[in-house]
Amino acid sequence: MGKERLLLIGNGMAGVRTIEEILERDASKYEITIIGEEPYTNYNRIMLSNVLQKKMTVDEIITNSWDWYKDNQIELIHHDPAMAIDTKAKQVTTASGLRVDYDKCIIATGSRSFILPIEGAELEGVIGFRTIDDTLQMIERAKQYKRAAVIGGGLLGLEAAKGLLDQGMDVTVIHLEKWLMETQLNEPAGALLKQDLEKQGLKFLMEKKTSRLIGTTRVEAVEFSDGTQLEADIVVMAVGIRPVTALAKEAGLHVERGIVVDDFMRTSAEDVYAVGECAQHDNKVYGLVAPLYEQGKVLADLLTDKPTQGYKGSTVSTSLKVSGCDLFSAGIIRESEQVKAIEAFNGLANSYKKLFIQDNRIVGIVLYGDTSEENRYYKMLRDGVDISSMNPVSLLATAEGESTASVVDWADTDTVCGCNGITKGTIVNAIHTQELTSVADVVRCTKAGNSCGKCKPMISDLLTHVLGDNVSKAPTGICGCTDLTRDEIVLQIHEKGLMTSSEVYQELGFRNPEGCSKCRPAINFYLNVTFPKDHADEKESRFVNERMHGNIQKNGTFSVIPRMRGGQTTPQQLLKIAQVAEKYNVPLVKVTGSQRIGLYGINKEDLPEIWEELDMTSASAYAKAVRSVKTCVGANFCRFGTQDSMGLGIKLEERFEYIDTPHKFKMGVSACPRSCVESGVKDFGVIGVENGFQIYIGGNGGTEVKEAQLLTTVTTEQEVIDLCGAMIQYYRKTGIYAERTAPWVERLGFDHIKSVLLDPAKQKALLAELDEAVANKRKDPWTEIRKNENNEKELYAVGRG
Amino acid sequence: MTVVKQKVFVSSFDQLVERIGREINVDGQKVAVFRLSDGRVKAIGGICPHSHGPLAEGIVAGEYVFCPLHEYKVSLNDGKVQEPDDGCVETYETVIEDGQVYVLI
Repeated sequence: MGKERLLLIGNGMAGVRTIEEILERDASKYEITIIGEEPYTNYNRIMLSNVLQKKMTVDEIITNSWDWYKDNQIELIHHDPAMAIDTKAKQVTTASGLRVDYDKCIIATGSRSFILPIEGAELEGVIGFRTIDDTLQMIERAKQYKRAAVIGGGLLGLEAAKGLLDQGMDVTVIHLEKWLMETQLNEPAGALLKQDLEKQGLKFLMEKKTSRLIGTTRVEAVEFSDGTQLEADIVVMAVGIRPVTALAKEAGLHVERGIVVDDFMRTSAEDVYAVGECAQHDNKVYGLVAPLYEQGKVLADLLTDKPTQGYKGSTVSTSLKVSGCDLFSAGIIRESEQVKAIEAFNGLANSYKKLFIQDNRIVGIVLYGDTSEENRYYKMLRDGVDISSMNPVSLLATAEGESTASVVDWADTDTVCGCNGITKGTIVNAIHTQELTSVADVVRCTKAGNSCGKCKPMISDLLTHVLGDNVSKAPTGICGCTDLTRDEIVLQIHEKGLMTSSEVYQELGFRNPEGCSKCRPAINFYLNVTFPKDHADEKESRFVNERMHGNIQKNGTFSVIPRMRGGQTTPQQLLKIAQVAEKYNVPLVKVTGSQRIGLYGINKEDLPEIWEELDMTSASAYAKAVRSVKTCVGANFCRFGTQDSMGLGIKLEERFEYIDTPHKFKMGVSACPRSCVESGVKDFGVIGVENGFQIYIGGNGGTEVKEAQLLTTVTTEQEVIDLCGAMIQYYRKTGIYAERTAPWVERLGFDHIKSVLLDPAKQKALLAELDEAVANKRKDPWTEIRKNENNEKELYAVGRG
Repeated sequence: MTVVKQKVFVSSFDQLVERIGREINVDGQKVAVFRLSDGRVKAIGGICPHSHGPLAEGIVAGEYVFCPLHEYKVSLNDGKVQEPDDGCVETYETVIEDGQVYVLI
């Protein structure tokens, strides 16, 4: 007898996850066929908003590639939806007429965007937000059109709206209710969310009912029940989702809102099961990922004859994937006779917490602004911790040092990844047995963190905890002279008040009393940052480029690259450069990668004279410092430009030039999302959009190409400048010498850096600190040497025998 | 045969900055001169045997200089390139007379 035939209808997250669970339990039990409607292999739908917000690519959200289907001998009937199920003959027919026989059939058809049944809903440009194709369509349209309307201020609508804003559109969210995300948030949290999103550039029309869409072939405007109108080139319908049940209904299955299933995911037809958003269990239909996975596990147990308790329903939690708006909501969030609440509002930090309590147990959570405690509260909710002994005020306070706050102290049975139901024990075990060393490894091997990704910091903590013992013998020092790390050295500098390199080398027991070429510049930098007023820069610890203020070339000559702020120059400067190049027989004159003109092959002795004749300042093109700012011509000349990118670039350069950083710090300002200056691979990249400036950080176009991440969108040039200064100072304070911002962001965590930079108080403090540290120090080195006050010209002398 | 060495002036001792090299050019031959932190003055061949980097521009640590191009570590006592690299440069005697530094070549 052959294997039993298992047929899955629906190639989405819930169904494919169920198949994965079955394969894990018994890979040889079934001959598996999957019927899918979309022209893609299985992908992570939750991440579509990240694609729209330009944080991920479509390829990155594909969770099962063709190889996976092949490796597991699964037949995928692709781009060919199932049209009919004959539960008697046990056969399914697809749109193209294929007939597939089954022994067991799983329906996981999910849901579709609910399109309001109003006039004009069929017009071109009216889109749901559900699939890769919907997302790609929005991205395409955003390139041609300006104005977007998003109907629905729920999770999906807001993520779509933010994404369209990031695509450069002018976006208005239309919401029927009084506050945003009314099913997950209460009114105060909803109001805070609205404020923050408005700051990012979104517009809102609240308590508006859409009555029809206007347009001839393409949508042109939205009309409301009060007769007012809003012009729009795209209308995204994000008013909700509806389970896809037509197939099941026609097959005679018991269908209410969803396909009705019992605790074992069995439908009313024999050997037909349903999981995911299309299923209705205990009168509930879920639209979030965690319950779907829990259902998948139960069904997998059942279909592989493993013991199972059955599915008991899920507590759902939500978080919004929009930068700068951290929110978390779980459980029951309405007060009632039985459910009482305690809340705290922090007007300084714009954060809000509310816990809903029933019978001395937390049953609901709403956090806005500061979600650092979400794991702690969610764990208390899930475990039903009795809180009667706790003081409500201390419950709301941040649990500094409290043991439950750290995943390291959790029990092995506690869930780390709520989306996929992966416990701490599973992760720790995988780290041990499969010798995993990175978060990416753990995600790949355990699936923890592959859905919403919110638990990745906890996975990282677990890795550090587990590997801490094993890697203690590995070299940790900043160079061969010491075993101390950057952090240990900087801490000791602070604690012991070590004011010079020699004190550092002596007190911290470096093996070489004067260090080496690796640690000397590093220690000098750390001292400069720690004691900006009291530490005298040690020239003898600077790498030759920063000592001579030119980039040393392979034959020992130097380059001269004068400053042209924002890449803007004048005929007079060009004439001077030409004259110098001729007079000194400069072997190479070249336009550099960052919009400057470089003279290469200059003899050391000639440097001071050339600087004198050029009468220009240094572009720092050789230094670990704030570099020049690349700009496009911007709104003054370009027909696409939305902002004066050149003006802002010049302002940024003037404000921050000649500041040392752990490694070079490159900036770019583009005037529109075409990003001609490649702002996406800059340490600090700005993209002008109609309503302000998007700020990207941590990009790198060098050795390892890294795409910058969207930090936030601000409205004024001043905000851009202030954020830039705060980031420079935070990078100076926490960066490892010679570490670019891309690995720095990765090491500290983007979310952490974001939370620091976007905290108004912290941002202001960093900026003030930077200004104080560099006061009277931002001087052009070429001019200083030309003035020759410290006899520095001596350095360029070569003796003749 | 006795080779008569030439005494070449480098700089006054005061102008020679501690741990910052000074290059002198004697008949086309480059010599790198260093004042160490303990006051001794050392002179070696100025060109790194690896890829001709100017050793006078390197970072000086103790009795070693690190070539600025690829960080070859060269001893200022015997001119030997340190492990794991190899090679060596000339060494020269230095004298200080009346606060003036000379190299014997």
